[in-house]
Amino acid sequence: MSGLRVLVGCKRVIDYAVKIRVKPDKTGVVTDGVKHSMNPFDEIAMEEAIRLKEKSIASEVIAVSCGPPQCQETLRTAMAMGADKAILVEVDPATYEKVQPLHVAKILAKIAQENKIDLVLLGKQAIDDDCNQTGQMTAALLDWPQATFASKIEKTDGELKVVKEIDGGLETVTVKLPAVATADLRLNEPRYATLPNIMKAKKKPMDKKKPGDYGVEIVPTHKVIKVEDPPTRQAGQKLETVDDLVHKLKDQGLIPS
Amino acid sequence: MAAVRQSLWRLLSKPRCSSLPVNTVRCRSLASELKSSTNEGGASLRPEIGQADNLMAIGTRRIYSEEHDMFRQTARRFFQEEVLPNHSEWEKAGQVSKEIWERAGETGLLGVNTPEEFGGLGGDYLMTNILMEEQGYVNCSGPGFALHSDIVMPYITHYGTKEQIEKFIPRMVAGTCIGCIAMSEPGAGSDLQGIRTNAKKDGDDWILNGSKVFITNGFMSGVALVVAVTNMEAKSAAHGISLFLVEEGMPGFKKGRKLEKVGLKAQDTSELFFEDVRLPSSALLGEANKGFYYLMQELPQERLLIASMGQAACEWMFEETRNYVRERKAFGRTLAKLQTIQHKLAEMKTEICIGRAFMDQCLEIHNIKGLDSSSASMAKYWISDLQNKIATQCLQLHGGWGYMLEYPIARAFIDARVQPIYGGSNEIMKELIARPICADK
Repeated sequence: MSGLRVLVGCKRVIDYAVKIRVKPDKTGVVTDGVKHSMNPFDEIAMEEAIRLKEKSIASEVIAVSCGPPQCQETLRTAMAMGADKAILVEVDPATYEKVQPLHVAKILAKIAQENKIDLVLLGKQAIDDDCNQTGQMTAALLDWPQATFASKIEKTDGELKVVKEIDGGLETVTVKLPAVATADLRLNEPRYATLPNIMKAKKKPMDKKKPGDYGVEIVPTHKVIKVEDPPTRQAGQKLETVDDLVHKLKDQGLIPS
Repeated sequence: MAAVRQSLWRLLSKPRCSSLPVNTVRCRSLASELKSSTNEGGASLRPEIGQADNLMAIGTRRIYSEEHDMFRQTARRFFQEEVLPNHSEWEKAGQVSKEIWERAGETGLLGVNTPEEFGGLGGDYLMTNILMEEQGYVNCSGPGFALHSDIVMPYITHYGTKEQIEKFIPRMVAGTCIGCIAMSEPGAGSDLQGIRTNAKKDGDDWILNGSKVFITNGFMSGVALVVAVTNMEAKSAAHGISLFLVEEGMPGFKKGRKLEKVGLKAQDTSELFFEDVRLPSSALLGEANKGFYYLMQELPQERLLIASMGQAACEWMFEETRNYVRERKAFGRTLAKLQTIQHKLAEMKTEICIGRAFMDQCLEIHNIKGLDSSSASMAKYWISDLQNKIATQCLQLHGGWGYMLEYPIARAFIDARVQPIYGGSNEIMKELIARPICADK
């Protein structure tokens, strides 16, 4: 068997360190004029894919992003890191507000089939909506095994051995290929693009598609009612003694009296 | 790496906190990039620094493109993770580590503007300029990368033979051979025509004698580009100067002490001594007695990069001070609430933005066709003076703590002082600017 064909999801999100502002009409957060970058978990997934290629386990790495035209920048970054080509599934900004993990999962599943993908590598979640659904849904739609929250990925004969981060420890699973894996924070440390690779990325191919090309219609399955800032923290109180504390807690009904 | 990973981890493992400490190390974060109008194939409307949330924001300035931003990310990470954490140690040692040069080489940060055909990275001048800016944005003056890549390497690629280029450039790009340029002497600084170091012909060889001082990268250098008199009888000294590539380890070539300076504490500025150094004819760069002409060709870029580092330093000092006055309390509220402080910040931001406008104009021209000598001198003189003014004011806003070397602003202050002196003093810059103004047609 020749090397694996790896598909990596690269979501464009508001940069991790930007202070998020809620829109005055509470329909979402302000994205205009805000620095965006590749979802950090997707960056880790991309790094892993490139390492698989460097170890000659993977033969081709394809980056995909679903979203507005600016996602091209995210894909260029992915190609500057080392992806071979990219697919932009363009969604106009108004429709993009309605895109949910299921839509992306359907698109990814279709791309995986069309491109004879052996491994779909995604971030475990995106840092904007923290959904943590796309990988799992993609696996379900394809009926492929899934290995989520990976902190180590090794290729054995026709299988992947994946160490997963779970509550309370690590779990090692083996999955048959083709498979879907999602990257956790400790999987690797993503590289940054070097100048020659940035220049090369300009010449790498980027396919432009629409959700319709994959038979996906963006109809939301759930509705966002409103988006609000987290409540500001209430001022605390300083108490003199433990007795005072116990008394207070009882008063508030927080412990049985 | 660790620092960024940790901060990312902190962010990801906690509820998204809104009270990020506004710290320059994370300035990338503060970038508010007005890039939303980027359209397919269309020109993006990039904001200028004064329009962004932070003067050091990524994605600003019309002279740059998306590729430049990507490279800036790489450079920013390198300086924040590999340079900044080690700088205090280097200051104590009076030099940076050899490893940081090699790391810079591996990361592809040396010889960025050197053409690929010569073994460089083939980036445009703006790419290499990004490195100078990013070095300024961490306030770390130790590594002499700019001098190595953008002053010494161009001499070799412009005037060197194929053999000389093949001998030095690949090692310089890798960071295993550090370059320096030896012009100033104890008795000759701006007045290059007064140099005494000389090389006399002996058969095919040259015998080099003399001494140099204030040589940036001198102590760690693997190759020194030495300016020497080769024709004592020339009608003016300028017609009798040549350049030589002198290698570490050549008999008679000695490095003196690392000089103790007011600032640039981690920079291995040193003396160099030449005592009957026998140089083969292959050590001569370009043609004999053409040295002064070569210097005149290359000096504008040197001045431009001094200006660029100065401008970046201004931007860093402004942000550092802005953060400080927003935190520091006096009279029951933060300094930033006091009108006198606010007005000072307003003045500084205005001046820095004006400096940036001229700087970017010069960079844009230089990137396309090479900047004229006058403009380069104007940028060097005006911005290095501005840098010192901003340094004094920012230190003042830090009060007593600003005078403590443990505060980064103090380092910026002492580092600023040399900028109006080296690369041709600002007095000389004014001479050069004035010459064509007053010339008889």
